[in-house]
Amino acid sequence: MGVGAIGAAIGEGYTAAEANLAISRNTESAGDIFKSMLIGQAIAESASIFALVIAMILLFTKFSATSYVTVCAIFAAGLSMGFGAIGSGIGAGYPAGAACTGMSRQPAMSGKLTTNMLIGSAVCQTPSIFALVVSFILLFTDFSGYPVSPGWAAMLGAGLAIGLGAIGSGIGGGVVAKSSCDGIARQPLTITPVTNVMLLGQAIAQTPAILGLLISFILIYKGFPATDSLAPSMALLGAGICMGVGAIGPGIGEGIASSGGVNAIARNQEVVGVITRSMLVGMAVAESTAIYAMVIALVMIFVA
Amino acid sequence: MAIEGADVIRAAAFIGAGIAMGFGAIGPGVGEGLVAARACEAIGKNPKEAGLLTRTMLVGQAVAESTGIYSLVIALLLLFVV
Repeated sequence: MGVGAIGAAIGEGYTAAEANLAISRNTESAGDIFKSMLIGQAIAESASIFALVIAMILLFTKFSATSYVTVCAIFAAGLSMGFGAIGSGIGAGYPAGAACTGMSRQPAMSGKLTTNMLIGSAVCQTPSIFALVVSFILLFTDFSGYPVSPGWAAMLGAGLAIGLGAIGSGIGGGVVAKSSCDGIARQPLTITPVTNVMLLGQAIAQTPAILGLLISFILIYKGFPATDSLAPSMALLGAGICMGVGAIGPGIGEGIASSGGVNAIARNQEVVGVITRSMLVGMAVAESTAIYAMVIALVMIFVA
Repeated sequence: MAIEGADVIRAAAFIGAGIAMGFGAIGPGVGEGLVAARACEAIGKNPKEAGLLTRTMLVGQAVAESTGIYSLVIALLLLFVV
């Protein structure tokens, strides 16, 4: 919860700062800007509300901790949602801030900017929803039959893989949505290609979080044989850390790449095809490091 | 749980491989994104040079990728050699 609140606070702070700047530039549309700021902040808040729900469950449920694995699963649920909320909180703040700035420049576009902001920040929430799903699975599955020795590491690894993995995609999706709100405010006629490319870019920026989700599910459901030695446990924990941390950079990087693409399209929409192609090639290269991290994680789970 | 010296070394190698590859992927991921963003903006300004710009972008990304590949090599060494 504590960690999860960081993201929402940064995101909402950013939105409010942009809204203030926007109102000072164009006081006549203060009402619209204020409304949009509140909606944007409410969405940025949702990630931390997920974290709050998990924290409440952790506090007020009477867990009959039957084994050490269950204890680790509950701890991992907290880690997953706490870290998982950071990215979405920060990410959802960006489009809201950009929409406020945009409204001060082009008050006539308020409606369309708000729609675009809502789509963009809704997509930003998906990584934190992945984290929420994994948290619920970790909280409410019965792990009592699991062998303790690699089991504890598998649970912690699963929590870290999706929790940390969600940070990058959340921020990345937000950066894209910010550029698209900027672009629409500057050139309202480009709204269709800009929104389309924004959605494409956001979808690809989500892939590192999806790889993290995949590794989490494998760690939770594969079922590892009991062992006396330390090495297999550390391999599973290492796989979780590797995928989780490894997904941060590509998530943010793909977001930046795609925000550059969206910016360029908003300025020159005749060359949408060429720009989209280069953007996709660039994003694919940025994805490669996430794929290395996934390969190492899979090697540690299945080979080591 | 009987923990011996060789087991501790293998355990440390596994966790080290995870940390090496995980953190090693952050920088190249962000850096390659920055390269691609600038390339897209440049193509938007000057679409005629799209081929040249894409080529330059790929070379720049390949160099940025190298540190990610170093991490991958180190992680593989820790997994299979140590």
